[in-house]
Order: sequence, then structure tokens, then C-alpha cells
Amino acid sequence: MIKVQNLTKSFGPKIAVNNISFSVERGEVLGFLGPNGAGKSTSMRMITGFIPPNSGTITVGGFDITQDPIEAKKLMGYLPENAPAYTDMTVAGFLGFTAELRGMRGAEKIRAVNRAADLCFLNTVLHQSVDTLSKGYRHRTCFAQSLIHDPDVLILDEPTDGLDPNQKHEVRTLIRKMGEKKAIVFSTHILEEVEAACSRAIIIDRGQIVANGTPAELKNRSDIAGAVLVKLTGAPLAAVQQKLSGIAKARKSVVLNQTDTVIAIRVYPKPDTRNGDLASSIADAVREENWKIQELHTEEGRLDEVFRSITLPDTTQQERS
Amino acid sequence: MNSAVANIKTIAKRELSGYFASPVAYVFIVIFLLLVGFFTFMVGGFFERGEASLTLPFFVWHPWLYLFLVPAAGMRLWSEERRSGTIELLLTMPITPWQAIVGKFLASWIFLALALALTVPVVITTNYLGNPDNGVIFTGYIGSLMLAGSYLAVSCMTSAITRNQVISFILSVVICLFLILAGWPPVTRMLEIFSESPRLVEAVAAFSVMTHFEGLQRGVLDTRDIVFFLAIIGFSLFTTGVIIRGHRAG
Ligand SMILES: Nc1ncnc2c1ncn2[C@@H]1O[C@H](COP(=O)(O)OP(=O)(O)OP(=O)(O)O)[C@@H](O)[C@H]1O
Ligand SMILES: [Mg+2]
Repeated sequence: MIKVQNLTKSFGPKIAVNNISFSVERGEVLGFLGPNGAGKSTSMRMITGFIPPNSGTITVGGFDITQDPIEAKKLMGYLPENAPAYTDMTVAGFLGFTAELRGMRGAEKIRAVNRAADLCFLNTVLHQSVDTLSKGYRHRTCFAQSLIHDPDVLILDEPTDGLDPNQKHEVRTLIRKMGEKKAIVFSTHILEEVEAACSRAIIIDRGQIVANGTPAELKNRSDIAGAVLVKLTGAPLAAVQQKLSGIAKARKSVVLNQTDTVIAIRVYPKPDTRNGDLASSIADAVREENWKIQELHTEEGRLDEVFRSITLPDTTQQERS
Repeated sequence: MNSAVANIKTIAKRELSGYFASPVAYVFIVIFLLLVGFFTFMVGGFFERGEASLTLPFFVWHPWLYLFLVPAAGMRLWSEERRSGTIELLLTMPITPWQAIVGKFLASWIFLALALALTVPVVITTNYLGNPDNGVIFTGYIGSLMLAGSYLAVSCMTSAITRNQVISFILSVVICLFLILAGWPPVTRMLEIFSESPRLVEAVAAFSVMTHFEGLQRGVLDTRDIVFFLAIIGFSLFTTGVIIRGHRAG
């Protein structure tokens, strides 16, 4: 549905988006991640036709956004960053206005407004002025606006920003559900959201795509992915370390925590170790010594760690290694 | 084409209701009517003149009244849209930028026309007191409306330049003042002193709204005058479009 090719945008000397390409099909939810100023919003503004790219092409549903802007825009719903809305209107008036711009009139318009208000839980504030809404409700109002015509393509810039935990959960669920039939791109700074709602994620840093994959693939790039955490009781530390280093599949082990009774150790696997193999060999080794296992599990890898390791500035990255 | 008209209507309707949703509209109309009354009856000497005509006491003040009031009504058109970010919403809708520009402009123009229509009691008074030439009054109203439209289009343009409404207001007053002064007799006389060629004076004066408003006040409905006002409107709205495109390009 969305095809972005070699997209570049600079503001003066500053390159905000540098030659990015990706595509999103129907049934996919693409998460857009990246540090502040990475170029997420700028990319979305170009996709939705708000700002023209310097070079590169964008097609939405087969329509080029610069050549066929009206047709392309008809297919899209857009929630801009900071959720702007006309403050001098009521929620219902605002939604009605956007429905009219989408070509709906009369009963069809009323149905669309009610449907969008239902989806975003706005029924209690329908006749309140946008001006007097709380931040979260204003955000939901603008979100409802993007859904008003039940579009095939949704571009959402930080859709859960400013929402309470319950609403965040509702919106994620809604995005995942809508994603079965639509093509959705959404940006976020909340990494759990990626796991909760995305089928694929892209990490952008300084205008360039630095990672692109499913949440699971991205997590696998984490340092601790596949490592085994083991907690033992009734064992002398030195003996444990010696025993663990004798395991063929273990690369290294790090002591995380040590009290009089409990030792917590993380064991990293050698490359190409199958998930679970390391855990079972550790279990075998421990059983031989008759130590008691309090906890033993293979770690999944953490997105935040992956995010940090690939988006940190070069200098700090060099310092770390 | 049909959808273009529909879009313009939708945008104009929203903009117009925006005026009346805030006190701005009412304050504006009250001040406008008070000033019109004050200038017509007190300064213009409507009663003392003893003639049933609106040319001198009424319409003659409009270019000066509009000079401050129209930019006040138009300064928020695009600056507010940019400040609040709703421009991003508006321009990612399936409409063309010019539909948005024309829709917003028309809404404000209708609003000004409404304020102007509320001065009709003055016409009724004149008809009650004497026997005025209502044709002249009619062309006077046309001229006044055109004048308001021209100032408004200029305000539209300056409001696209900046997010700051105060700057937008001042810029627009300055440009409108130029449009007045270029043909204001004291200025043309001064130009005549400094320049040898009367052609230059004429050329400058041709840009003045005064020159073109004059005829309409006197009841002369000259297409060239109307074309002049429409040209100012067209040019300003076109420039508005260029400015907005410039902002988006970054
Ligand atoms: N209109 C503009 N003029 C100049 N520079 C701009 C403009 N818009 C964006 N930028 C710059 O482009 C870069 C990318 O900005 P963008 O808003 O796309 O970041 P982002 O990834 O959305 O960040 P955030 O997570 O903070 O929302 C930033 O360095 C920003 O300063
Ligand atoms: Mg952003």
C-alpha cells in the first residue's frame, strides 16, 4: 500500500531524512522508532503530502503523492504530531468538518462521526468544545479524525502520547486489530508498544534506517538475547564459576548478584547455539553437583537495549566498546 | 469541479462559524458600527450638510476605517492555522491548497459583508430624510465591499507569512496604507512636486484603492475599477498560495 523509495529531505544544510526506502503492505503494522530528531515526523509529513521531499518517490495505494495528491490523500488517515485540532469547535463539529472534507454528507456523515467517536471513547465529550478538553481527550479527538473515513492507510505520529495507561492499552489493541485489514505506520517512543502492536519495526537514526525487522528479530540483536540466567543456592561461588566455564556452549559468565545463600549468574552462549540448548546443559551441570536451582531461564533480549546500542552517538559507542 | 465547490463551502462554513464562536465577531461588528456612526454623523456632518447623499459623509471614511479593522479581522486566517498546527491537518485532507485559501478568504469576506450590511439603517435614514440617489448608494456599497475584499486578501497574505498575529496585523496595515496613500491627493500633490513626469504620478496613483473607490462612491460603475480590486484580491491570494507552499517546502 505504501511504497517509499530513496526519500530525502533537508532543511537548509541539515539533512532530516536521508535516503530511506521501505514499504508497508495491507495487514502490516509498521512501528517507527528513533531518538528525538531522527526524522520520524518529517518522513510521515512527506508520506501524507504535507511537505514535499527533496528527492525520492512515495506512492500510496499506487498513487504518487506529488503527482496525484488528492487520490493518495483520500486513502490515508493522518494523526499529526501533537494532535492539532480546531479549538473553537466542539468535538462533534470538528469530526463532522473532517467528515465533510472526506466527502461525506447527511446520515453518512453522522454515522461516521459516531463510529469514530465510539472507537476513541469520545461519546461523553461529543458536545464539549475542543478548547476545554484535557490533553488526552484532545489527542483522542484528533485520532478519531484520522479514522473518520475508515481509511486503508493510517499514518499515526505518536498515537499514544499523553494517554493514560488504560487508553494506551485500548489504542494499541485498536491499532493491532485495524492492522489486520489496513496498512498502518505509527511512531512511538514506548518500546513495549512495538511488541504489543507491530508486525514490523524500523529504527531511524539521524535520518537513516539503522534496523528493519520484526520485533523478535530486533530483540535477537540484543546482547543478552539467548543468555541464560541462573540462580543457585547452597553453592560456593568459585566452584560454580569453574563448573559453568566448563560448559562447551558457554562463552562467558557474569555474576549479577551474590548474597550468602543465593548466587545469580548470567551465562552467555557461544554464537550459533540453539535457543534452550545452553539452559539444558547448565541444568545438567548443576544437577551433577547437587546444587539447588532457584531460577533458570533463557533471556529474550530487550528492545530498549537494542535501541540504545544502535542509536547512541558514535563517540559514546566507541567509549562503550 | 463539484467537489471543489463543496470543499470551499465546507471550509468557509467552518471559518465563519469560527468567527462567531468567539467574541471577536461581536466586538468587531460593534466597533465597526460605532465608528461608522461616529464618522458619518459627528465628523462627516451628515445632518448639517442638508443633502440626502451618502457619498461624502459615509463612504469617504471607509478606506480609513477598514485600514485597521480589516487586518484585525484577517490577521488570524493563516497565522493561527500555522501556530496551532491545524494547517497540517487541513493540507493533508484531500483538498487542494487553493480551495483552502479561497474558502477561508470567502468566509472572512462574507463576515465583513455582514458587518457592512448592518449599516443599512443609515441608508434608510437617508431615504426617510430626503430623496437620495439609491443607485449611487448601491455602487458605493459595491465599492466598499470590493475595498474590504482587497484589504482582506492582503491580510490573508501577511497572515500566511508569520505565525505571529501582531506582526501579521502590522504588515497588513502598512501595505493597505500604501494602497491608500498612493492615490491620496496630498501624496499625489507631493509626488508632483518632486517628479517631473506626470506619468509616474499617474502610475503610482493607479495602484491606489482611493482612485478606484472614488468613482464607485460617485455612482460610476466602471469595470476597470472592479477589475482593479479583483486583481488585487487575485494577486494577494495567489501570493498566499506561494508563501504557504514555501513554508511547506522548508
Ligand atoms: N520545518 C523545519 N525546519 C527546519 N528543520 C526542521 C523542520 N522540521 C524538522 N526539522 C529538523 O529535522 C530533524 C528531524 O525532525 P523530526 O521532527 O522529523 O524528528 P522526530 O524523529 O519526529 O523527533 P521526535 O521524536 O522528537 O518527534 C530535526 O533535527 C528537526 O530539527
Ligand atoms: Mg516527531
